[in-house]
Amino acid sequence: MMNLVEIRDLKVQARSDAGRKIEIIKGVSFDIAEGEIVALIGESGSGKTTIALTLMGHTRPGCTITGGEVRLAGRDLVAMPEAGRQMLRGTDVAYVPQSAAAAFNPSQRLMDQVIEVAQIHRLMTPDAARAKAVDLFRALALPDPETIGARYPHQVSGGQLQRLSAAMALIGGPKLVIFDEPTTALDVTTQIEVLRAFKSVMKLGGMGGVYVSHDLAVVAQIADRIVVLKGGEVQEEGPVEQILHHARHPYTRELLAAFEPVPYASAARSDTMAAKRPILEVRNVVAGYGPLGRDGQPAKLALRNVSCRLERGQNLGVIGESGSGKSTLARAIAGLLPPVSGEVLLDAHPLAPEARLRDKEELRRLQIVFQLADTALNPQRSVGDILGRPLTFYHGQKGAEREARIDALLDMVRLPRAMKHRLPGELSGGQKQRVNLARALAAKPEVILCDEITSALDTVVAAAVIELLKELQRELHLSYVFISHDLSTVQAICDDVMVMYNGAVVERLPADKLHGGAQHPYSKLLFSSVPKLDTGWLDSVPPRVAAR
Amino acid sequence: MNMQISRLVLGRLGVAFVTLLIVSFVVFAATQMLPGDVVQILLGQAATPEAVAALREAMHLNDPAILRYGHWLIGLAQGELGNSYANDMPVADLIGGRLANTLMLAAVTAAVAVPLALFLGITTAMYRGSVYDRIITMGIVAVISVPEFMIATLAVLTFAVWLKWLPALSFANEVTSVTEMLRVFAMPVITLCCVISAQMIRMTRAAVIDALKMPYVEMALLKGASRRRMVLRHALPNAIGPIVNAVALSLSYLLGGVIIVETIFNYPGIAKLMVDAVSTRDLPLIQTCAMIFCLGYLLLITLADIIAILSNPKLRK
Amino acid sequence: MAPMFSKGFLPTPRHFGYHMNTVGICAAAMVCFWAVVAVIGPMLSPYPPGEIVDFDYYGPMSSTLWMGSDYLGRDIFSRILMGARYTVGISLAAVCLACFSGVVLGMTAAVVGGWLDTGLSRLLDALNSIPSKLFGLVMVAAIGSSIPVLIVLLGVIYTPGAFRFARALAVNINTMDYVTVARARGERTGYLIAQEILPNITGPVLADLGLRFVFIVLLLSGLSFLGLGVQPPNADWGSLVRENIGGLPFGAPAVLMPCLAIASLTISVNLLIDNLPVKIRDRSE
Repeated sequence: MMNLVEIRDLKVQARSDAGRKIEIIKGVSFDIAEGEIVALIGESGSGKTTIALTLMGHTRPGCTITGGEVRLAGRDLVAMPEAGRQMLRGTDVAYVPQSAAAAFNPSQRLMDQVIEVAQIHRLMTPDAARAKAVDLFRALALPDPETIGARYPHQVSGGQLQRLSAAMALIGGPKLVIFDEPTTALDVTTQIEVLRAFKSVMKLGGMGGVYVSHDLAVVAQIADRIVVLKGGEVQEEGPVEQILHHARHPYTRELLAAFEPVPYASAARSDTMAAKRPILEVRNVVAGYGPLGRDGQPAKLALRNVSCRLERGQNLGVIGESGSGKSTLARAIAGLLPPVSGEVLLDAHPLAPEARLRDKEELRRLQIVFQLADTALNPQRSVGDILGRPLTFYHGQKGAEREARIDALLDMVRLPRAMKHRLPGELSGGQKQRVNLARALAAKPEVILCDEITSALDTVVAAAVIELLKELQRELHLSYVFISHDLSTVQAICDDVMVMYNGAVVERLPADKLHGGAQHPYSKLLFSSVPKLDTGWLDSVPPRVAAR
Repeated sequence: MNMQISRLVLGRLGVAFVTLLIVSFVVFAATQMLPGDVVQILLGQAATPEAVAALREAMHLNDPAILRYGHWLIGLAQGELGNSYANDMPVADLIGGRLANTLMLAAVTAAVAVPLALFLGITTAMYRGSVYDRIITMGIVAVISVPEFMIATLAVLTFAVWLKWLPALSFANEVTSVTEMLRVFAMPVITLCCVISAQMIRMTRAAVIDALKMPYVEMALLKGASRRRMVLRHALPNAIGPIVNAVALSLSYLLGGVIIVETIFNYPGIAKLMVDAVSTRDLPLIQTCAMIFCLGYLLLITLADIIAILSNPKLRK
Repeated sequence: MAPMFSKGFLPTPRHFGYHMNTVGICAAAMVCFWAVVAVIGPMLSPYPPGEIVDFDYYGPMSSTLWMGSDYLGRDIFSRILMGARYTVGISLAAVCLACFSGVVLGMTAAVVGGWLDTGLSRLLDALNSIPSKLFGLVMVAAIGSSIPVLIVLLGVIYTPGAFRFARALAVNINTMDYVTVARARGERTGYLIAQEILPNITGPVLADLGLRFVFIVLLLSGLSFLGLGVQPPNADWGSLVRENIGGLPFGAPAVLMPCLAIASLTISVNLLIDNLPVKIRDRSE
């Protein structure tokens, strides 16, 4: 039988800013059978989205297909004229984008956009299209399926938009649906509902699919086969079970290994318990954004009476979804967002609410490291300058002494010393995050606030950064406040975990009791929503009534 | 939601009013910097000290500057524009007919330039990178890089000197027939159109190109939409705010343009009046003309901002 | 998809790490040419610019008078060489003044924020809403048009624009995490402005300086054309057009040549900005 999709020796070239041509897809071949869902797995830059888009005969500006074939139901999309591809898009092959929020036109009602495919290709009357759309909304478990189409994109939530974009893809009855990281931008508790909806409609329609993702656990729930990509080449290909349990390629194993829970043995638990005095304590902090109202509360409250304590030499994990206030907590502690009430104590001394009112010594002992190393390092200053500034600022070091200390810091974060002459733009994501960390270490701090520092990194790189944090803690007696939305990273490094929801702490538990120990319904929901590397996981979790 | 819109619009109007006050203050302050004594200039060197003192008193020149500013502002608001120093005629009479001439010129220019510029701006964005686009873009860079008087000069050379189609100078007073009017208006309008359409095309093109870069336009492409549909249905409705802004901003270049154009073509408009007033240092006339220009400019800018607010889909119910 | 602009790239040496296309190189050469002329122009001129050398007025181009003669019979070529000094010099001084004050105020407003930012923005926006030519007219009427006055006046007129541009850039940079990190470290405002923000807006600010230079050249020429700019016996290119506008009906080179001089300068600067050298940023990953 003929396959639905046959990709043969596909090559795509991109043009760099300076006009040089770089091959980004280097001869990729794979097939998709009728009704089969194939996952394209890889890290950023692996070319997975580029390949998925060639299935629609489309390349992003600056890219061109330079060789090979992309056959969809026997017809080669590469050789076809643009008008022919236009005919196929939406009817034979459809696309579910990564960020539905950006993919919906803000000035049109949702229904008009969902049924647009039917109108472009004159598939059915507008009334029939609307009726079909409502059926799809219902199948995708959207609330108010009859009326949701009358709203504008900014009036529905992210998870709902993602499901609406699936309806938009399915309206034309395509043979192949391309999912381009459709749940990456969503919180885990939303992701699980969206995944469930996708899986049920795909099963119902018997369509073929391509699921692009960097997350093996998500892919394991929905795909039949996995293609592992790296640097524009196929590394390994096989059925899901085979890849998960009998991976052959070293790169696939590395990806899988990053999922293995690394048990965290606290370095300090036994000996510092006697000290009793917490290094950092937060008492009843209330903070928010916008002008203060008549009741003395900010217009938008982000932290509602939050308290927590961090023992010397231990790590506190703060976990929550977007909007839970976890990053605001870090900013309040660092004095970047002065709290309205409550206090922050460092080593039992209360700190001024605003950073500029704190003295140098207090600032030095408490450092903050941000999520995006790209924006956290000044692109115009060399690594040496970036690391040298806190040395001069806090310790007054200059000249040879400063140079020696910069070298020592680079050694500490396992970067070559020659790197101090480079600019941040010349480093990889993982290297940048290490420099980011080294800058905090330069102050010789006692507490480091880590705000989602591994979230923007590829899994393998993130695991290495976590390892580094642990080593540094052993050597330098640091304490971390580790903020993350990702349960497994928090588990890998923290002694205690605090779950936040809507600006408040809902539960505190020791890291080893995360599974099974949670009492609060929200923490239970959060923990159970984290995908597992197990093909049966999604079906084993009972569906939640209130779909968000 | 509509509350929000009206609040934003009212806020914008408030800002415009405050701006106008600041502008009036600047204009007043600038005209007070005139070296030498106005009264001396008015009465000439031969005036007796008594006459000078009397006139100073009559003109409230002994009052503190802030009080004079207040008087002037109140007068302005009530339409009492004072008398011209040069020929002692009421400023309002001097301006009246000439303002109409200038508005006429502006209206004809806008009527020609706006549709033309919108068409060219949108189509060049649609066919970005094509030969058509590149020729228009090059032309625009050339036009916006050169002074208005050069465009006027070239227009005169082409149409009056070489082709001999049109007269080099305009006199709106002598208009007796439609063909006459065409001949009078042709040259100033051609020049002004060049100046403002270049800006308008450039900004419209940029606005549409920005809108075409949005992910929802790529999404439309992936739904199988044609290029036409992508532009007309998805990019344009979201670019209305920036485009209207571009139109209003470019129309405000008219103000700069008319100053040169009226001078070079000897067109009896308000800008020519003002240039003449500057050379005779006729303060009341300069002040009034300046305020009229600033008011026109502010009206356009404010209108653009309000339309941008109204076209924001996030504020729609 | 529509093809991208395909401009011919010259094989510039790669070890500089910069790449510039043909249009950019030509534009840069033209700009350099006028810069040199502005400095040493009078040394090159065949006749003293004020001397009457032709008995005929509005004379045609010839081997002795390369660009013809003006309304008094003076050599246009020599006068353009002299005018370059005024046009380029005054504009350059004014643009430096405008950009310096605009950028300093803009960065300060962005970093300090609060009422200082609101107040400055409101005030300068109001100034910005006076059309530049009109502002020029009113001020010239009030305080005359000597060369220092012209420089300051043009500088003041274009300061609000430079302020707005620099402030917008600085506000963006100010939200970057590295600035937040510096704040959390306890750095003072001066350090934030000079070390964290300024290096990151230099490129766009220089491009803006170029654009503003063009605006100033145009405004100065416009004022001079109206007789309100550079005053005789000195003459910039705008004044040369004004002096010789009587030659327009004959299509005299005396009118055309100064126009061409202005156009060649402004168009080159514009093209140079649109085709700035690109740093080669190919990551060999």
